[in-house]
Amino acid sequence: MNHETPTAPAHQAKADSPADRPAPVIAISGLSKRYDSGFEALKQIDLEIQRGEIFALLGPNGAGKTTLISIICGLVNATGGSVVIDGHDSVTDYRAARAKIGLVPQELTSDAFETVWNTVRFSRGLFGKPPKDSHIEQVLKALSLWDKRKNKLITLSGGMKRRVLIAKALAHEPEILFLDEPTAGVDVGLRRDMWEVVRELRNSGVTIILTTHYIEEAEEMADRIGVINGGEIVLVREKAALMRQLGSKQLTLHLQTPLASVPPALSHHPLTLAEDGNVLVYTYDASEAGDSDHVSISALINEIEAAGIRFKDLHTKQSSLEDIFVNLVRERP
Amino acid sequence: MNLQAVRSIYTFEMARAGRTLLQSLISPVISTSLYFVVFGAAIGSRIQEVEGVSYGAFIVPGLIMLMLLTQSVSNASFGIFFPKFTGTIYEVLSAPISYFEIVLGYVGAAASKSAILGLVILGTANFFVDLHIQHPFMMMLFLLLTALTFSLLGFIIGIWADSFEKLQLVPLLIITPLTFLGGSFYSIDMLPPFWQAVTLANPVVYLVSGFRWSFYGISDVSVIASLVMIGVFLAVSLAVISWIFRTGYRLRP
Repeated sequence: MNHETPTAPAHQAKADSPADRPAPVIAISGLSKRYDSGFEALKQIDLEIQRGEIFALLGPNGAGKTTLISIICGLVNATGGSVVIDGHDSVTDYRAARAKIGLVPQELTSDAFETVWNTVRFSRGLFGKPPKDSHIEQVLKALSLWDKRKNKLITLSGGMKRRVLIAKALAHEPEILFLDEPTAGVDVGLRRDMWEVVRELRNSGVTIILTTHYIEEAEEMADRIGVINGGEIVLVREKAALMRQLGSKQLTLHLQTPLASVPPALSHHPLTLAEDGNVLVYTYDASEAGDSDHVSISALINEIEAAGIRFKDLHTKQSSLEDIFVNLVRERP
Repeated sequence: MNLQAVRSIYTFEMARAGRTLLQSLISPVISTSLYFVVFGAAIGSRIQEVEGVSYGAFIVPGLIMLMLLTQSVSNASFGIFFPKFTGTIYEVLSAPISYFEIVLGYVGAAASKSAILGLVILGTANFFVDLHIQHPFMMMLFLLLTALTFSLLGFIIGIWADSFEKLQLVPLLIITPLTFLGGSFYSIDMLPPFWQAVTLANPVVYLVSGFRWSFYGISDVSVIASLVMIGVFLAVSLAVISWIFRTGYRLRP
């Protein structure tokens, strides 16, 4: 197929110079979707997925997670923007692009009267791969479905059906796997098993994008976390960086008399005033609290008292990923 | 061309018929046999020959057409409606296959099934009446083209329908009346002149007439007109399907 080589759009240039970073396995730029009803599901999404990572897309219901995945996988037509999958445009070069992708949908859909073996075999053929029973055997064994291979899908439990959908998505040996809410309605044991499977896949080089609204899942699995809300990506960060942010604590002092400004004697501390000077807030890193060069809370309080500031109450608060998430999502109704 | 995918869809659809053999093969055969018993043996014996052909033999091409039309439409419409209904269509839409290949798989399987069914009914008819096929090659051509064209129509209906009710509606309200009024059981010469003229607006008349001609060399309209009519049908169906895929109608929002 004779299509233009995708060039990096101007608005991607703000990322650190492309030369020292490996090319992303998925490059989404300016992607938007307006449904016929007028509903704007996606607003100018820019996102890059790195090869071999586990990327968790977090967001409340109706945020646009499934629409985004559906456009990448070819189930929904975008209104604007582009998706480039490993150098192949998802519209003009859809064969090469889609061949690399496996999709596990959110809904438990299945051909009720088909057997596990046949349905997985069908998936492989659909993606144009010649039959390779040894691969299908391996996939079924990895997902503990081997014993069920002759069962009709209608006889399987919900958790088993979920595994079958994963097996179908893996039947054609994809390089990129999309898991849309993989553990919704799945019991704890099966969820752990599934996480294990996902990790093994990542270790074998498969890039994994999962959507979830379980923060625990993102925390457990992901290398990077993206938060989507109201059709916009509101945050993309390394999980490790997020976890550090998670470690930040706040000490809040409710003052007896309001202050106009932080006294100069205390200006070398990260102190801020809030609520018209009635509250003094000290932000610090909990993980460093034990370090020798770190100002201890008691020393700080002594200094504050020495500066003549009296307070009537104090409390400390540690933000969790959930707080970060809730704040991000609440800001944009 | 992703032939592997076309083959996968085709064999999957054929296997579905295999699982429901009773419904897809035996029931049409039984109902056709009943037509022969009623119209051929019971009533037919009291009806005079039509243009030198006994009434029982006269209705064979019409009956095969009746089954061919209804089964092609129902096979193909169900074949694409069901994955849409259960949601398994996601897999086909996310696969690296073209629209043409999707149609080839689904419509090819539906057309094959109804063509096989047509031949089975022909074999069944052979038990009841004395059959002569004057133009076997043309007979096969009409059979295959009709199966293909009406499977395409069924595919369109299956994509358009968003409920089981709609899925039944078009066959019930349009296909069946057109077939019964399309000269399956009579020659349009038997009609008063006014209704003869009206009947010519019914496309099924041309199919039945051409098909009957390939058996007995008698026809209501010219064979060329019949072939042109199938060609027009085929072209319209293909145009509608290409529009469906171009716009993503009901498949890719």
